[in-house]
Amino acid sequence: MTMKRNFGLGCALLGAIGLTSAADAAEQITFVSQGGAYQQAQTVAILDPSAKKLGITINQDSIPDAWPAIKTQVGSGKPIWDVVDTPTGNCLRGGEQGLIEKLDFSKIPNGAAMPESYRSPYSVSYEFYSSVLSYSQKTFPKDAPNSWADFWDVKKFPGRRALRNHPFATLEAALMADGVAPDKLYPLDVDRAFKKLEEIKPHITVWWTSGAQSAQLLNDGEVDMEMAWNGRVSAVAKEGAKVAFTYNQGILQSTSLCILKGAPNLDTAIKFINEAVDPVHQANLPLHIDYGPGNPKAFETSVIKPERAAQLPSEPANAVKQALMSYAWWSSPAGEAAEKRWASFMQK
Amino acid sequence: MLALVSPALLVILALIVLPVGWLAWQSIYHDGFTLENYRRVFTEDVYWRSFALTFEISLAVTLIALLLGYPVAYLANSVPKGWSILILSLVVLPFWTSVLVRAYAWLALLQRTGVINQFLRYLDVIAEPLALVHNTFGTVVATVHILLPFMVLPLYATMQKIPNDLMQAGASLGASPSLTFMRVFLPLSLPGVLAGCTMVFVLCLGFYITPELLGGGRTVMVSMLVSRNVELYNQFGAASAVAVVLLLSVLAIFFVVSRFISLDRVLGQK
Repeated sequence: MTMKRNFGLGCALLGAIGLTSAADAAEQITFVSQGGAYQQAQTVAILDPSAKKLGITINQDSIPDAWPAIKTQVGSGKPIWDVVDTPTGNCLRGGEQGLIEKLDFSKIPNGAAMPESYRSPYSVSYEFYSSVLSYSQKTFPKDAPNSWADFWDVKKFPGRRALRNHPFATLEAALMADGVAPDKLYPLDVDRAFKKLEEIKPHITVWWTSGAQSAQLLNDGEVDMEMAWNGRVSAVAKEGAKVAFTYNQGILQSTSLCILKGAPNLDTAIKFINEAVDPVHQANLPLHIDYGPGNPKAFETSVIKPERAAQLPSEPANAVKQALMSYAWWSSPAGEAAEKRWASFMQK
Repeated sequence: MLALVSPALLVILALIVLPVGWLAWQSIYHDGFTLENYRRVFTEDVYWRSFALTFEISLAVTLIALLLGYPVAYLANSVPKGWSILILSLVVLPFWTSVLVRAYAWLALLQRTGVINQFLRYLDVIAEPLALVHNTFGTVVATVHILLPFMVLPLYATMQKIPNDLMQAGASLGASPSLTFMRVFLPLSLPGVLAGCTMVFVLCLGFYITPELLGGGRTVMVSMLVSRNVELYNQFGAASAVAVVLLLSVLAIFFVVSRFISLDRVLGQK
């Protein structure tokens, strides 16, 4: 990615020293995602076809956690990025803090056609993943845990457990374990969630912090069940580990596209966002990686075969079994307070 | 003279003084001056616990590294040259392996299905795997391994300078080998002990990857507080305040140590 970024910087410099007419002729944006296999997959599925169709150049950059960079770039008054693919909460929080552009959906018809819960004034869902209950098929050859209540039931399902060291999805899982229905979670009853978490805390062997770590725990048999991202579990299973997961009571999460406030190529960025959530481009994504399209219309194209669709987190039949994370709640004052409370919960 | 060193001074100014100044500024300025970040660092439980844990772990790591490192340095000092090169290379070799790789290697050794547990089970010594990692124990083991060279090298350097004649003089006056060691060698090697302990302790204070991967999420050291404040809570000011307090603690330690031995010695200059 460094080469591409340097190329992007080079273009910016050329533009600055007076080759503006050339820059006008070739519209461009700088697009930022999270790198790795995921960014490669979206390059093939979405970015390259979009660039070709719109006749623009898409310079790419990647960063695992875009938030600090968004904050410093916009704070400095001269952002160099245009569009970021980042967890939806960053777009919302950024929007409220004046770091993210408000989107005009009349210019983004593909996004306007998506369900309202899949977009916000600042962002549009780009792809879905899910925090699911995964388990070792060696430990549980039959009667595997199938709900968060089972995860909490250490008598019926003895074994070592891991959860993510982060309140996102973990509080939701605790409430579902306590009997709250997936569609009745928000606003989260934070006290109740932490109380339920105290119950399982002594039985948690590892609080993982990175996706790679969660995959390693499952692969090495270090834990018998854990909350993990569906794509990580399926990758481990493909490599031959005897692991599986259920979408039942999964927590459906998304990354979204949003535009930095004062982005250098605002108009092109909006054109790009509309193209990037086009159903056909979106349907291409799961052909390359185990994440679901952000635009549900992708399932109506004939690109995704039914057996493939059935494996994806945002496929409608899978989606109804799950809870849709409310990023609006998480970026509200109550959500931020719950996030802060996590640190003291972990250190007690 | 100034003309000669000015490029170096500029580099230091640009890469160290400015960023650290900016960091300190962030911790006290957010829409106006505020000491709120420091109030939280000094009053909130979470911060106290992390600082206490970090100092405890650093102390434990330093003591273990000293107990393991002293005999190694002593041996390297007392064998013929060829052997001492071999011993020192064995100490230094792991240096060139990435800390991340070594952390994962310790996972492979210590985890439930790891080499050590499987071996002990094969021998029938244990029925259930021992919890060797994802806790403070695993963190300390791996950190000691990574920091051991910083203990052995200053110790060896100091021991090299102790004249052998002194030991022989002690022996000729009738002292047993253990008595000459206790009365002559050990006191003369103390500056090396202080130098090694300072290096290990200070480096350990800032450890990040090792506790992150081997601590199981519960061993929250100060550096992890910094990263969580940025990544999880978007509190740049709080992160800066924690970093500033850590930096000042390190400077304070160096200041105290410099009252006893020359800092050049700690930093390996002499």
